[in-house]
Amino acid sequence: MSVQVEHLVRYAPGSTRRLLNDVSLDVPTGAFVALVGPSGAGKTTLLRAIAGLDTFEQGALLLDGQTMGSMRDRARKIGFVFQNYALFPHMTVAKNIAFGLDVLPRSERPSRSAIAARVQKLLDLMQIPDAGPSYPMRLSGGQRQRVALARALATGPKLLLLDEPFGALDPIVRRSIRTWLKALHERLGLTTILVTHDQDEAVEIADRIVVMQHGQIVQDATPEELNRNPQTAFVMEFLGEAPSFNGIVRDGLMVPDEAGLLPFPVDASVSPGAVTAMLRPYEIQVCRPDECSAQGQVVSLLAEGARNGYRHYRAQLAERSVPFCVPDCTENTVEIQASGLLDISRARLFRDGERCG
Amino acid sequence: MKQAVLSFLRGGGSALPGYRLALGGTLLWTGFFIVLPLCALIIRPWQDGVGAMVAATHDTRMFAALWTSFSSAFVAALLNVPLGLLLAWALVRGDLPGRKVADALIDLPLALPTAVSGITLATLYGPQGWLGAPLAKLGLVLAYSRTGIVLALMFVGLPFVVRTVEPVLKNLPRDMEEAAVLLGARPWQVVTRVVIAPLLPALVTGFGLAFARGVGEYGSVIFIAGNQPFKSEIAPLLIVVRLQEFDYAGATAIALILLLTSLLALVLVSLVRRRLSVWGEQR
Repeated sequence: MSVQVEHLVRYAPGSTRRLLNDVSLDVPTGAFVALVGPSGAGKTTLLRAIAGLDTFEQGALLLDGQTMGSMRDRARKIGFVFQNYALFPHMTVAKNIAFGLDVLPRSERPSRSAIAARVQKLLDLMQIPDAGPSYPMRLSGGQRQRVALARALATGPKLLLLDEPFGALDPIVRRSIRTWLKALHERLGLTTILVTHDQDEAVEIADRIVVMQHGQIVQDATPEELNRNPQTAFVMEFLGEAPSFNGIVRDGLMVPDEAGLLPFPVDASVSPGAVTAMLRPYEIQVCRPDECSAQGQVVSLLAEGARNGYRHYRAQLAERSVPFCVPDCTENTVEIQASGLLDISRARLFRDGERCG
Repeated sequence: MKQAVLSFLRGGGSALPGYRLALGGTLLWTGFFIVLPLCALIIRPWQDGVGAMVAATHDTRMFAALWTSFSSAFVAALLNVPLGLLLAWALVRGDLPGRKVADALIDLPLALPTAVSGITLATLYGPQGWLGAPLAKLGLVLAYSRTGIVLALMFVGLPFVVRTVEPVLKNLPRDMEEAAVLLGARPWQVVTRVVIAPLLPALVTGFGLAFARGVGEYGSVIFIAGNQPFKSEIAPLLIVVRLQEFDYAGATAIALILLLTSLLALVLVSLVRRRLSVWGEQR
């Protein structure tokens, strides 16, 4: 099921503050989209609007090219997994999953045995085949999460909406359930929209990431594109650690304000003036003054050990320290000296938070 | 010996300081104020001999009064359940302007001297009362009958149902209802299957409390009941009547039966509640 959101505006109840500010989003059938952003960015508000749980003041919402009027039109076509799962505590797991089928009018309702078979199939799919007779209160967080998902899938929806479904899970379960969900999405041919505040999760699971901030969509791109080409300083920072360096562009050269950093040439399109350079710790390089024929005050470098295949360092600038790292492999014989100059020429440039080079 | 006593008082490994001392004090307290009077009530009827007790239990007036008390309390508590649920709903979910005032008013039947509520109800529903007179013209006689008793018991029992349901309803997650709607449930299905079902244990508890209060209620009932033996005489009133006749054996016999039946009823209520809330138990 495709989702088209067109210029959606939603105000906070009883005020003029915009929770959603002119949001447009196009999710084609079969896509796996992650909505990311800090708390209060409007991710959940947008998801609830798509589900029809909340109203909106302006704009249009099309599901499969059609405006959906009432809740009843949408019900059963959309599977929604709530942040705290919203399982019915007084029903067994099997009853929870069967709920969407049990409430059907008698004429449309499958037979008792057909419902039981469907529930068991879903339990098997969720890899919790024996959970049927237990009550939700007695399940672990990961199991509840799977039950909530099974319940949402029981009516055979084409669109799956997930509101921070992994929030309460421990890292190991999170990782395994992530890959499993991705596989499930492909197997069932779903269209999935996932809300998360964890950018790593989004990058790993989704084929498109929509970054939101202040009720607006800041950038909508594939994980790779987002990493390579962040549109704003916020996106750059949100996607991972990104040391930033202020400086001034003049004569086609970016000259950092702080000592110990090498000036580097910039694209001719960058107009002179103050800019902020941002880059990932693994994009920072180090050279000795005599090697790169540059003048300047060297900074002291502090080794912090190796982890995740990188050797981590900290460069001591005048008023702060900046982290950087180099791949940890035997061929990498270049010794990092106790002091040197930082080469930040791979940085993206931002001016007033917007990308400029 | 001294060490053993000290270690007992300190409570071994418990985090509460003086746990055993506090426990002992509490048990003693409960013993004096609850268990001892109950024991006295159980022993007293037999002091005049078994014969007096047997004679007392042959009293048909007493059984009529007990039946009146229990059946009225049962009906009143049962009627209070939907009423209390509705009120609790309005307090928790409703957005009515006078909500805070209504919230305070609900506890009033508990604070009001029962005689005052009795007289008020009698003047209101009596044959010459504001509501009683027009209703009597329509052929509905409320006061001085079983209906009057039920009315009075509903008045005093309502706060129990409202106050037990209210916190549970307040803690019921809203997204459960949203989930039910998205799964295709119609509004009445959402209410019956997702809202009322988890409230059932609280409703049963409220019913039990209102019922217990109703069985023991005296002051508010006697003014509106009419108190005709075999028709609208409640058991607590009959106890007073027997006491005034210096028939202590008769009075305590009624009290004992009242006590045992109430206990049985409350145990039953608690069993039902346990059965209904089996889903809430952690392993």
